[in-house]
Amino acid sequence: MHGIFTLLATSTHVESLDGDWLWALIKAIAFVGIFLTIVPVMTWVERRGSAFIQDRVGPNRITVFGIKNAGLLFPMADGLKFLFKEDFLPEKAEKILYTLAPMMIMIPAFIVYAVVPFSSPIMHESVADDGAITRYIFSIQIAPNLGVGLLFVFAIASLGTYGIIVGGWSGGSKYSFLGSMRACAQMISYEIPLTLSVIGILMVYQTLSLQGMVAHQTGGGLLGISWLPHWGIFVQPLGFILFLVCAFAETNRAPFDVVESDSELVAGFHTDYSGFKFALFFMAEYASMVTMSALIVILFFGGWHIPIITPENPGSYLIDWFRGFDMSLLWASILTTVIHFAVFMAKTGFFLWLFIWVRWTLPRFRYDQLQALGWKVLLPLGLVNVAITALLLLFYGM
Amino acid sequence: MTGQYIPILCAAVVSVGLAAGMLLLSRILGPRNLTKRKTSTYECGVEPTGSTRERFPIKFYIIAMLFILFDIEIIFMIPWAIEFRQLGFLGFIEMAVFIGVLVVGLVYVWKKGALEWD
Repeated sequence: MHGIFTLLATSTHVESLDGDWLWALIKAIAFVGIFLTIVPVMTWVERRGSAFIQDRVGPNRITVFGIKNAGLLFPMADGLKFLFKEDFLPEKAEKILYTLAPMMIMIPAFIVYAVVPFSSPIMHESVADDGAITRYIFSIQIAPNLGVGLLFVFAIASLGTYGIIVGGWSGGSKYSFLGSMRACAQMISYEIPLTLSVIGILMVYQTLSLQGMVAHQTGGGLLGISWLPHWGIFVQPLGFILFLVCAFAETNRAPFDVVESDSELVAGFHTDYSGFKFALFFMAEYASMVTMSALIVILFFGGWHIPIITPENPGSYLIDWFRGFDMSLLWASILTTVIHFAVFMAKTGFFLWLFIWVRWTLPRFRYDQLQALGWKVLLPLGLVNVAITALLLLFYGM
Repeated sequence: MTGQYIPILCAAVVSVGLAAGMLLLSRILGPRNLTKRKTSTYECGVEPTGSTRERFPIKFYIIAMLFILFDIEIIFMIPWAIEFRQLGFLGFIEMAVFIGVLVVGLVYVWKKGALEWD
């Protein structure tokens, strides 16, 4: 055993800063800040990416002092525009519900981030006069001690359905009502195969904690191949495909975007919304995309682990390497954390791009096809996946 | 035990504050001149007729009922999956019986045509 675990075992005293509510508050604000940077960048990637895929130029009109910036300032202009737009109430709308709906959908989308481990923890040590070593741990995660991790994500993320149904109903428009009914039926239909697809991987990891899942995917040598990292996708390929398909349906993204199928329902459940209320729906959609991408990375792609660099050492091969340069534990772990964070973001970014790529490549499903796929294909396949995993675990121990 | 949920509360406070703050800010900054035409419900330019909150297809209720049944099934599977190695072969058989009963239900629903949208 190397890295974090040996370090912690040789400490006389380990102190965690994770229980402190003040730190949790600071981290929560920081993560919201990170997120508020990702959303505008994502809208830019989506617009430029769709232009690239459709062989157009895309947004390029805003220049700063004559400098072209490939439309990078459009998201900022969009944000300002949302703030300065008139925020009015349609005459048939229920005032309180109409105002609450965008909050009901965005708040759960943000709270989910509390359990996502973005990087390896930062550590610091202090040696007392009598040689006793105290080590401090600072996790890059708002609520690291929450044992129910994944269950929490599913529970909170599905609360977003209420926001959709309330938003569509309270607006008083028939299009948004139809859109919200469809969205609700779609999300609850796909929640079943989504949860079912992770049962197999839960049997392998034997933990619900997202940190524990990342720790489980350390090192290589899966199936006796030394370079093959111990990632979930190689253990649960079918589970991964099911999860990916359900992730697209859960986030109401193409090819499952019948909710806001522009040609039939105008914009679905948020047709009547304007100003920042609309922006909140928009942010929630991207928030759930980021959540789903992060979950895919954590469950199936080793979280913040780097495949080849950590061939045999769990956790902090990099820390040991940095400490070889006479670095203090604090600086070595900060550097490691930064690298791991970048790796995590790169993997998540790939899946975010996949969401966009698929949206501008595949045509939309019809609603009956979508329901049939969920109930008649994905649900039985999910059960088959669980059965196969159970039998393999029973007879080969995996 | 409840201590581990305190950070969640912090995250909740921050996100509620963010959402409410932004709505408030846009309310303060945005213009307000309402007209009859502007506030009328948008239905592609056609005058809206009747109420929106009327009856809707029973399909949606059926999906919701199926969801409750199967979601509870999956919830039972989560602790079983975590403890799978400890439960061993007996646990597998027990879950197989439980799932078997529900699969029979799924087949019934399927044959009855409750999963068809027409």
